[in-house]
Amino acid sequence: MNFFETFQVSFEAILSNKVRSGLTMLGVIIGVMAVILLVSIGEGARVYITKELTGLGTNLLIIQPGKTTASGGFHPPSAGTVRKLTYDDAQALKRRAWLLTDAVPIVLGTGRIKYTNLGRDVMIIGVTPEFQRVRNLFIDSGSYVTQGDVDSKFKVVVLGTKVKEELFGDQNPLGKVVMLSDVRYRVVGVMRKKGTSLGMDVDDVVYVPVTSGQELFDTDALFEIIASTPHAEDVDKTIAQIKDILIKRHAHREDFTIQTQGAILSTMNTILGVLTAVLGGIAGISLLVGGIGIMNIMLVSVRERTREIGIRKALGARNRDIMAQFMIEAMTLSGAGGIIGILIGVGLALVIPLFVTVLPTSVSVWSILMAFFFSGAVGVFFGVYPARKAALQDPIQALRYE
Amino acid sequence: MISLSDITKTYRMGEVDITVLSGVSLSVQQGELIAIMGPSGSGKSTLMNIIGCLDRPTSGIYRFENREISTLTDDELASVRNNKIGFVFQTFNLLPRFSAIKNVEVPLIYSGVPARQRRERAVPLLNKVGLAERMEHKPTELSGGQQQRVAIARALVNNPPLLLADEPTGNLDSRSGEEILKILTGLNQQGVTIIIVTHDQGVAARCKRVINIKDGQIISDRAAA
Repeated sequence: MNFFETFQVSFEAILSNKVRSGLTMLGVIIGVMAVILLVSIGEGARVYITKELTGLGTNLLIIQPGKTTASGGFHPPSAGTVRKLTYDDAQALKRRAWLLTDAVPIVLGTGRIKYTNLGRDVMIIGVTPEFQRVRNLFIDSGSYVTQGDVDSKFKVVVLGTKVKEELFGDQNPLGKVVMLSDVRYRVVGVMRKKGTSLGMDVDDVVYVPVTSGQELFDTDALFEIIASTPHAEDVDKTIAQIKDILIKRHAHREDFTIQTQGAILSTMNTILGVLTAVLGGIAGISLLVGGIGIMNIMLVSVRERTREIGIRKALGARNRDIMAQFMIEAMTLSGAGGIIGILIGVGLALVIPLFVTVLPTSVSVWSILMAFFFSGAVGVFFGVYPARKAALQDPIQALRYE
Repeated sequence: MISLSDITKTYRMGEVDITVLSGVSLSVQQGELIAIMGPSGSGKSTLMNIIGCLDRPTSGIYRFENREISTLTDDELASVRNNKIGFVFQTFNLLPRFSAIKNVEVPLIYSGVPARQRRERAVPLLNKVGLAERMEHKPTELSGGQQQRVAIARALVNNPPLLLADEPTGNLDSRSGEEILKILTGLNQQGVTIIIVTHDQGVAARCKRVINIKDGQIISDRAAA
């Protein structure tokens, strides 16, 4: 009895009980669909974050005050007796580390910006002109913070789109004076709309020269220095160079941490990989439940067709012929369920982002292959027991079965 | 063709062994038409199952065409059933989802005959049993007599030397039963060895040899008058 024949017999059995076969398949369909959908949501998050992080500019190095022993990842600047990073550190790097194209000193804080009777709490970022380049920012009108502004500690401010809209509406803000934490600042530019990046609304910020920002926050310390190097292969050498320069300036102590974009990316990838695996695992449980449904229905089917098994055996069917018949039936149920589940899962994964924009999805080939493989495996695993039971029936007992 | 010597069969029912056959010896020549008779519980069905290779004897030697059966594996027994023995049951035992012709083809599936040849072999057999017009009908669309004729066609499709019929007329009205008997005796005249299990004297009267069984033993074995 060849495979095609056995398949035909199994298929006829499935078709002869459409409702039951359909419901059995539904278990697998939902399981496979859930696996594909959840994995593609996890993957989508990973792809999104990767894109966002590389969108910040490649080959970025972030120097933060405080030494942490572990490498990579996000570390809060540790408190304690740590020498601050200063504007002069950044200047020194810019002058002496020739592998760097930029070394942008940054201060960060929040404050209230007021214009006429309107006020808004915003994030204030103190920067140098190069920040615009390393973060791929664009000016909509006016100009960005200039080196002259930085050198002279001018009290000028560049507004994010959202801040401009909230305070000025359709008015032209250029040249207007706003109060930033009760200090008068003149608006010199407005940024082009950029949207959210890694959960932070980059349109809801204002930029000031880093030097006047330090005055505003009454500090000479920097939040961090963002450096960039043109070639990815130079990253290690650049790190060595930065260390060399800063350690000399910091009384021969390495009291700062250098993070690379790559390290942050790989940490995020790890976290999101775990997330995807967890989501996939949860969905896998529903696939398992679907498999148990198949086993259940196959057991019923074997019992119902005891007499058929007896007849077939009397007519010369070997145990393995009967086994194959029921195995193929179980695998056809799970395989067909798997294919339908894949189609629905992929379909949903493609459609959902159109309606729920915060859920980016990415359908990966491996998740499809895995889901299909698993649904097949479920068919085999949960089909074996009922099929064996069928195959080992005593033909005489089976023939007498009513 | 068949020889049974000192066949016993015991079943274990809980703690006690029940002896269904005790020391049955029998030999059947090619071309015989035999009726096995006996009251229910006499062991005639068990004897039939052993002859039909559906069951193995507990002890004794069963030779079919000079082949020792009791030592064969399940698969080898299946092959003997497939090629050497045709079964006709009291309850017809057709596969309900399949048409008449598909039912006749089933044994050929298990002997690996390709689909087209299966049909070529099944069609003349259905013609022979007078069902040329009903080949595509499902068993539920056929009368009892017609179903039994499909079953006979199925039993013959692999040209087995031996046909076993277990109460073949038991579920039929007398006219249909008569037709079935005619077909069976006709086949016997063409050289097929037939063993019929029955408790119908009328059926037994048509056979050349009648074996009576009681309490698991042959109590008489005689040529019909």
